[in-house]
Amino acid sequence: MERQITLIALFAALIAVLGLVPQFTLASGVPITAQGMGIMLCGTVLGARRGALAVLLFLALVALGLPLLAGGRGGLGVFVGPTVGFLVGFPIAAFVAGWIVERMRNTPILTAAFIGAVIGGIPVMYVFGIIGMSVTLDKTFAESALLVTPFIPGDLIKAGLAAALTASLLKARPASVLSRG
Amino acid sequence: MLTLTSEIRTPYHPIRAGAKLALLCAATVGLFMLGSLGAMVAANAAVAALYLVPGRPFARDGLRLLKPVWIFVALVLAWHVLTHDTRAGLVIALRLTAAVALANLVTMTTRFDDMVEVVLWLLSPLRRLGIRTAPIGFAIVLVVRFIPVLLAKARSLIEAWRARSPRRAGWQVALPIALVAIDDAEHVAEALRARGGFDTE
Repeated sequence: MERQITLIALFAALIAVLGLVPQFTLASGVPITAQGMGIMLCGTVLGARRGALAVLLFLALVALGLPLLAGGRGGLGVFVGPTVGFLVGFPIAAFVAGWIVERMRNTPILTAAFIGAVIGGIPVMYVFGIIGMSVTLDKTFAESALLVTPFIPGDLIKAGLAAALTASLLKARPASVLSRG
Repeated sequence: MLTLTSEIRTPYHPIRAGAKLALLCAATVGLFMLGSLGAMVAANAAVAALYLVPGRPFARDGLRLLKPVWIFVALVLAWHVLTHDTRAGLVIALRLTAAVALANLVTMTTRFDDMVEVVLWLLSPLRRLGIRTAPIGFAIVLVVRFIPVLLAKARSLIEAWRARSPRRAGWQVALPIALVAIDDAEHVAEALRARGGFDTE
């Protein structure tokens, strides 16, 4: 119990820190942070349920007024803004990524984590993100989808990194990778 | 830990957090139900007035918090001008600014601790179902404490990288950061267990 709660809390903190530390901009001018990778890692390392809980904890702190989203955003405003759909998608993406890694127990971790991170982090996350945009901006699904496609290549890279990290963590700290525990 | 709560005292600070949140919910639902341009202009004027009551420095802080919304406002307006439906674009853009600004106002005028208390109060019915809510409060405190610690460790790892490499630290630092986080988590869990853990509550 103590161990699970501290690991969940620590991964929530990790999402925040990854959103603040290495920040760079793609050639297309789209800002990329490792925050999305933090979401994927929650799922691939902690597993479906605990991964989703870690993300929910992170979102709770954002809602309570801490500027932890990439770019120093936070507070209640982001939950009525155009990117709210992505926030809703965050815990679900982590859950799906974790569920896939748990299901593919007999597949090498690198492959399983990559598939989990891609499916959770791209189609699942974007469906929610696009619905959120089409509601807040009063646009059709297709119009909103157009707005977010520039971010997909970056997310593919993040999924690859998340998978590599999960595999390295399993090697270095096997007991802490709860999705394979 | 840095929060978004404003240092400037406002008449809104003493209002109870739960009341502000309830009002915010009602106002946001209202904003999404109203559709006329006149109502949106009035709503924005009202929100602007609320921001101006504590003075101009406070209003300026509020504008800064709204920055992430501008790009969407610009996109929506450009889109609707192109499709010759400027009026609808204005309604959407104004609704968005009013809703986000109002929510930010609550965040700016409510202390973090008071917000945590509202959350725990909202969760309290769960206790009757046999779910313990104390670990949730504890987890919130853990994250708040752990972010600056982890951030400091991440910065020192990046500095160590810079000392040895002419290039910028890239994604490779993520693994040591994650390892440091996991090791700390295990230490904290051990310390908690040694002190009786959650069973002593």
